[in-house]
Amino acid sequence: MGEVTTNIPDSKPSAPVTEAAMDDLDKDAKFKTRNVDVFYGDKQALFGVDLDIRANEVTALIGPSGCGKSTYLRCLNRMNDTIDICKVQGQIELDGMDIYSNALDVVHLRAKVGMVFQKPNPFPKSIYENVSYGPRIHGIAAGKEDLDQIVEESLTRAGLWKEVKDRLNEPGTSLSGGQQQRLCIARAIAVQPEVILMDEPCSALDPIATARIEELIDELREKFTIAIVTHSMQQAARVSQRTAFFHLGYVVEVGETDKIFTSPDDKRTQDYITGRFG
Amino acid sequence: MSFYLVLIALIGLTIAGFYLGRSCAMKSADGNARVLHSRPHYYGYFIALWCGLPAILVLTVWTTMQTPIVESIVQSGLPASMTSDDPSRMSLVMNDVRNLASGNITSGEITGDVREAADRYNSLIAIGELARFVVILSIGIAAIAYFRTRISPSFRARNQVEKILMSLLVISSTIAILTTVGIVMSLIFESLRFFEKVSPTEFLFGLEWSPQTALRADQVGSSGAFGAIPLFAGTLLISFLAMCIAGPIGLLSAIYMAEYAPRKVRNTVKPMLEILAGIPTVVYGFFAALTVAPFMRDTGLDLGLVISSESALAAGLVMGIMIIPFVSSLSDDVINAVPQSLREGSYGLGATKSETIKRVILPAALPGIVGSFMLAISRAIGETMIVVMAAGLGANLTANPFEAVTTVTVQIVTLLVGDQEFDSAKTLAAFALGLVLFCVTLCLNIIALTVVNKYREQYD
Amino acid sequence: MTDIAMDTSPTPTDQNQNQAARASEAVKRGLKKRYAAERRFKAYGIAAVLIALGFIATLFGTIISNGLPAFSETVIKLEIEVSEDIVDPAGERDPAVLASANYRKLIFDEFRGLFPDLKGRSDRRAVTRILSSGATFELQRLVTEDPGLVGQTITFEVPVAADFDLYHKGVISRDVGEDSRRLKDKQLDWFDSLVDKKMIDSRFNITFFTHADSRDPELSGILGAITGSFFTMLVTLMLSFPIAVAAAVYLEEFAPKNKLTQIIEVNINNLAAVPSIVFGLLGLAMFINFFGLPRSAPLVGGMVLALMTLPTIIIASRAALKAVPPSIREAALGLGASKMQVVGQHVLPLAMPGILTGTIIGMAQALGETAPLLMIGMVAFIVDVPGGITDPATVLPVQIFLWADSPERAFVARTSAAIMVLLGFLIFMNALAVLLRKKFERRW
Repeated sequence: MGEVTTNIPDSKPSAPVTEAAMDDLDKDAKFKTRNVDVFYGDKQALFGVDLDIRANEVTALIGPSGCGKSTYLRCLNRMNDTIDICKVQGQIELDGMDIYSNALDVVHLRAKVGMVFQKPNPFPKSIYENVSYGPRIHGIAAGKEDLDQIVEESLTRAGLWKEVKDRLNEPGTSLSGGQQQRLCIARAIAVQPEVILMDEPCSALDPIATARIEELIDELREKFTIAIVTHSMQQAARVSQRTAFFHLGYVVEVGETDKIFTSPDDKRTQDYITGRFG
Repeated sequence: MSFYLVLIALIGLTIAGFYLGRSCAMKSADGNARVLHSRPHYYGYFIALWCGLPAILVLTVWTTMQTPIVESIVQSGLPASMTSDDPSRMSLVMNDVRNLASGNITSGEITGDVREAADRYNSLIAIGELARFVVILSIGIAAIAYFRTRISPSFRARNQVEKILMSLLVISSTIAILTTVGIVMSLIFESLRFFEKVSPTEFLFGLEWSPQTALRADQVGSSGAFGAIPLFAGTLLISFLAMCIAGPIGLLSAIYMAEYAPRKVRNTVKPMLEILAGIPTVVYGFFAALTVAPFMRDTGLDLGLVISSESALAAGLVMGIMIIPFVSSLSDDVINAVPQSLREGSYGLGATKSETIKRVILPAALPGIVGSFMLAISRAIGETMIVVMAAGLGANLTANPFEAVTTVTVQIVTLLVGDQEFDSAKTLAAFALGLVLFCVTLCLNIIALTVVNKYREQYD
Repeated sequence: MTDIAMDTSPTPTDQNQNQAARASEAVKRGLKKRYAAERRFKAYGIAAVLIALGFIATLFGTIISNGLPAFSETVIKLEIEVSEDIVDPAGERDPAVLASANYRKLIFDEFRGLFPDLKGRSDRRAVTRILSSGATFELQRLVTEDPGLVGQTITFEVPVAADFDLYHKGVISRDVGEDSRRLKDKQLDWFDSLVDKKMIDSRFNITFFTHADSRDPELSGILGAITGSFFTMLVTLMLSFPIAVAAAVYLEEFAPKNKLTQIIEVNINNLAAVPSIVFGLLGLAMFINFFGLPRSAPLVGGMVLALMTLPTIIIASRAALKAVPPSIREAALGLGASKMQVVGQHVLPLAMPGILTGTIIGMAQALGETAPLLMIGMVAFIVDVPGGITDPATVLPVQIFLWADSPERAFVARTSAAIMVLLGFLIFMNALAVLLRKKFERRW
């Protein structure tokens, strides 16, 4: 009987960032993060993350559970501010502006950077009110007609208009899981953001709904910059142009999706892709 | 004191029964406990329970009935010179007999007849107490003797004991129902007697409340008006004023503590608000009468307003203070029950905290908050001491908070705390008012709880 | 594929950028107003909390500032010669004679001797009103307890009359015109002369804690009320605790999930919300009128309060029983214990801290209850300290209520002091419950 060797990777990578990751940085990127550390109390969750999100592209963030992908994503729209014990250090820039500076207000930031969550969370309001919530509070719409148009456009872009146009007054919670998630996407779109962050948007959905949303993501990237955290490598391969591999709070490798999935530079990436751990 | 003597003797007998039962069991098994079905002490408990429980029951009944029975015997044995058809005269006579019998002073002179009756009273009581002692102990001894014969190794003592205990548990549980039944029955019974004298329509819809009843048949001004609308109006006015204070303050402080306050602040302030709920209402009433009402009256004078010293405003303000924790505690719970995912969705879209609260959280928590308001209103309607001490006694149909009004609860107290004969319409009116109060608060509570429960289902 | 409705204008990207830019501008414009609204909203919340805390502070402040003066009483030191001629002419020291001797004359004569300049009967009578009627009783008590005092000169301290007590504490003062106060100037002069003679002193108000109610404020105390409360609480506890725990055990552990059980549970929840005065009506109609139990007795009061406290203790006990994990029950059952043994020997002891906490809180609520006890008659003026649960009695909250109604100014301080005592008990009980909870409750 031969020995069964399992390739267990190092508990702490020897070098935080590989050469390849450094090369990937682009000075014109939409989002530039440099040397970002994130702490939950005394526990450090992210170590010196250097990563760029490029405009009008879908960037996938992959990696095993608990390695910081969602934490990173939540830094980009400062959702980590809502957690008391969370501390963010380092530099995060959107279009060249430090998002933690006083020049960019957090409310304004979140209007520019929208978020779709893992579990669909429509408000217990009507479909119309769900989508019009954002534009209303920001004062984006010029009047009722303008608001109606925004709602219609957003629902159309999210691929939901045909299905709900006759029942806009029904509660958002009466829709199916997949529809609810598309409603949440429509809600995020209605605020006219530039970036949409998606935190495992399909993990609570069935395959058919997942397929529809993946189609949607592909269409959306024409207008928006998208960063998507996903557990499914196949999904990452399907929808994204660039992929970043996170492991234990470090960005191990970043690059074009094709390259990452066929011939990654780092062994750990290779091991993850081939399913040796996860 | 003889009661305690019987009680102690009975307890002693019960304990003796325990040891007797246990030793009997051991004897029947020739000292080998393993042969017995149950552990030996269960045989002891078996005897003890059968000795003690029936005896205690008889003791309670006997003690309760002893005095009334003796009194009726003595009363029926009184010479004709002392009896009269007038019940109040009779009770005066019996009072004298009772007082003399216990060595207190009497109201009238001590005639020979009275002294004889008093002596008879005392001797009957003495006989009764002796008989009670004998009967109770006999019951106990008989129980021990009878149940002792049942003891044998195969006798399932533990099962029997557990059966007895179980029936005690069941009886205890039904006491809750019995209480409700008792409340409803006594209220309805007395109210029906009231409605024989005053019609329900006059009571529920009448606009004048001045409860007078004739003490003598020929008394002038004996017609009482029993229209309760002014009372309902007064109750509603004061409760409304109370909610005007407690509603905003309670809700806003709940929102602040649930959403804004740092943990340390929340942990210190929340218990302090709970203190408000623990202060006895008589203290609030005193505070209202001593400080708040005069303050209002004097401020009114300064401002050129006439504020009564028993104004609805003073009572309503203090009652509002008392209810604040009801609103804030319950609202705090429902606000915390709103799932975090909704908040994140709202923040993610770029809403500020206040916008999230106003547009997402409060609408989501609304059923629960409405429920808490209804419970608070129910509490305000049923509140007694604050209004007794700070509100007025005269029925007044008005919406002006500066005037004195009276409420349902105040009238219940004043009607019953005076020296009234129990049968007069005046005292029975109190029960009719009590019935209305009970029904209204019950409805409010049921609706409130249904609303809150339905809301909880939504999020579980 | 989804429909994307697009109009035929400048390139999609330009269109998008314009839209996004316009939206961004709109957001920027609105920020200032929205943050102002945010600050306002937060300020409202803080204001609400501060107002509520302010109410608490005002309440406690008023009560304490009114009540503290009552904890000291003004006394006068009297030196009386217990003249044998007046007290016991026969010289036999017969107790009956000693008890009914004219001590009043002794004291008044002595007292008037301090004011030799007084003319006129009305003045001479008025000056004795500085003394309380308690002076006579105190002298009587001293002599009857120790007949050896006859013939000697004894000194003892008695409280002064209530109005003069208020004067000594500064509540009645000369600043107000003579017509608008209860004591005239010459009365104040007499009192001041006593002060100069060093006969007036302030001491801790023992009377308050050792006497029962009285018509004279300076002689009134809360001993009767406290004893009454004690007996009532005793009855309440002995009735409600076993019944409530038994009911909770049955409902939680044994009751089948059928309609009857549901009805019982709904009943208990409703009873918890019934106004307390309705329980008083029940007590009046059933216990006093139907069963003929004595009015004003702690027995009846205890029974009514027990019915009121039942739901509280049942609900708390059920929560405590529910918190014991099923694994404990299963382990015991697995070893062959009967259901009742499991409950009695394992579950109940573990749930006891929670049950006791709930009981203490229920008792604290019952201690402060007034309305139902008014209904059953505990509102009479009782001057004796009750000796048992069937003697007429009053309880502390009712005593407070009665004193609050009294028009005499001197009772205000005493009412506040009684409230402080009551609140003291309640704080103690609640602190005990919290301590119990912290120390013994286990987190499963």
